[in-house]
Amino acid sequence: MYPPELLYTKDHEWIRVDESVGTIGITDYAQKELGDVVFVELPKPGDHVTASESLGTVESVKAVSEIYSPVSGEVTAVNKKLQNNPELINSDPHGEAWLVRVQLTHRSEIDKLMTADEYEAYIQQEKAH
Amino acid sequence: MRYLPNSPADRQAMLRTTGHAHIDELFEQIHADLRFKGKLNLPGPLSEAEILEFFQQAAAESSREYVSLLGAGAYSHYRPVVVDALLSRGEFFTAYTPYQAEISQGTLQAMFEFQTMMTQLTGQEVSNASLYDGSTATTEAALMALRITRRRRVALARTLHPEYRQTFQTYVRHQDVDMVEVPCAACGQIDTAQLESTVDAQTAAVVIQSPNFFGALERIPEIASITHRQGALLIVTVTEPLSLAVIKPPSEADIVCGEAQSFGVPVAFGGPYVGFLTTREKFLRQMPGRLVGQTVDTEGRRGFVLTLATREQHIRREKATSNICTNQSLCALAATIYLCLLGKAGLRLLAEQNLAKAHYAAGRLREIPGVVIPFTGPCFNEFVVKVPSDAECLLEDLQSEKIIGGLHLGKFYPGLANHLLLCFTELVSRTAIDRMVEACRQFSATPRRAGSIGATVTAPGRG
Repeated sequence: MYPPELLYTKDHEWIRVDESVGTIGITDYAQKELGDVVFVELPKPGDHVTASESLGTVESVKAVSEIYSPVSGEVTAVNKKLQNNPELINSDPHGEAWLVRVQLTHRSEIDKLMTADEYEAYIQQEKAH
Repeated sequence: MRYLPNSPADRQAMLRTTGHAHIDELFEQIHADLRFKGKLNLPGPLSEAEILEFFQQAAAESSREYVSLLGAGAYSHYRPVVVDALLSRGEFFTAYTPYQAEISQGTLQAMFEFQTMMTQLTGQEVSNASLYDGSTATTEAALMALRITRRRRVALARTLHPEYRQTFQTYVRHQDVDMVEVPCAACGQIDTAQLESTVDAQTAAVVIQSPNFFGALERIPEIASITHRQGALLIVTVTEPLSLAVIKPPSEADIVCGEAQSFGVPVAFGGPYVGFLTTREKFLRQMPGRLVGQTVDTEGRRGFVLTLATREQHIRREKATSNICTNQSLCALAATIYLCLLGKAGLRLLAEQNLAKAHYAAGRLREIPGVVIPFTGPCFNEFVVKVPSDAECLLEDLQSEKIIGGLHLGKFYPGLANHLLLCFTELVSRTAIDRMVEACRQFSATPRRAGSIGATVTAPGRG
């Protein structure tokens, strides 16, 4: 169920890398854990993000969670649809509900990320805890 | 607080449990040199009747008989008896709202009303359910602006309450925040030319107070346009919110915050006070503290809930929007009752009385040779007066007239020695003003210097 063309983090973000541009979102597992998403706080185009550091927050009826960037780089685009339709994160987390696009500065950072199979195994492990 | 005495037998029992022969053993870890061995310089015990008499006497001697001209962030207004009567009802008089806050619909409704009235007074869109006090509310507003703009510099007006500026400094001391001050012009308002050269693309916020610490109204629209031109936010602090009943609300500001003590909370030896913070709806999620929202229950009935709690400390812990954890529900409730009781017309009438008294006093003082009202900016119920010689002596003279004569500004502004900040609320009668003016006239006719004997009057501690 996790798209094989995406790479995944332990904090439940995904990234799709085309050339040197990465599109970032949160995973289906993350949206299920959060519950109904009511607000998303994202950086502005031109802002710098750093791998493993917070790039924004997702707020659900239960909690506010940090979104950790899988890579470092400059934000080139932000998904404006989420401003008024944050619930897209619940309905289409790996597609329409992408969060930001980032121009990668350290491409090698993606080597540390998990493949879909590895991520699937990782969340099975998480669930067992 | 309850006093729980224990008898010698109780103490013996406790010592047996802890395994000590004598209470002194508990202090053995403190080096003998460091322990005080003399007799404590304390009066002996008093009986209940003696204690009551002591306090009654102290009360009789204290400010009750005095007229106070002290303002500077703490205002003596008349408190209708209804305020305390409602406030001390058991349903309200608990220290905290329960963790399942929605069980206290009455408390939440009162907070909702508080928020509604604060937004109406300040010309803003949203309000929180109160903060600790005016100085911390101002600091929280500045921190909010730092989060919103992601910039690191804050410009504080020199006409902002000096203790508020100190509070801000205490908060940001160990953070990467740059603080600059905007000087005051000859008119007693901030120097807008200086402001223009101070605010730049790194400035997160400009913080001003209006009416400012000298009582003068700042030119908010002009300051707002200078501030907004650089993408910074304008924070307007209000320490005397009664002024908002006759002054145009600072709707050009991005955040309005301050102290609501004027509304039904007594000046009680430094506290408790009640901070407020209102802002634009788009900044809602960066606002600290609690917020009560109105909703409907499953049967469609009106109800109240704590909203945005997911951003609060008890859920988000160290990542909370703010680590402020004290709000002042009971004091905010006092303000709510007070405002409801006076109503729009009553509040306006009261504000007009304050305005008229201050302007009458200013007119009378201006007639005295040697007395100068240095600042020309328009004022509400407070203004600065310069006296020809040692202001401390004048304060002594006034005290013997049973008038607490205002704040000596030299304490906060070295350049303003012999300048007094005077405040005139509805509690200062015309006769008292005339007596004050007479004392000033005599003082100015025979100037004196310090060195005479007598108590000096200081501002009631804001701490």
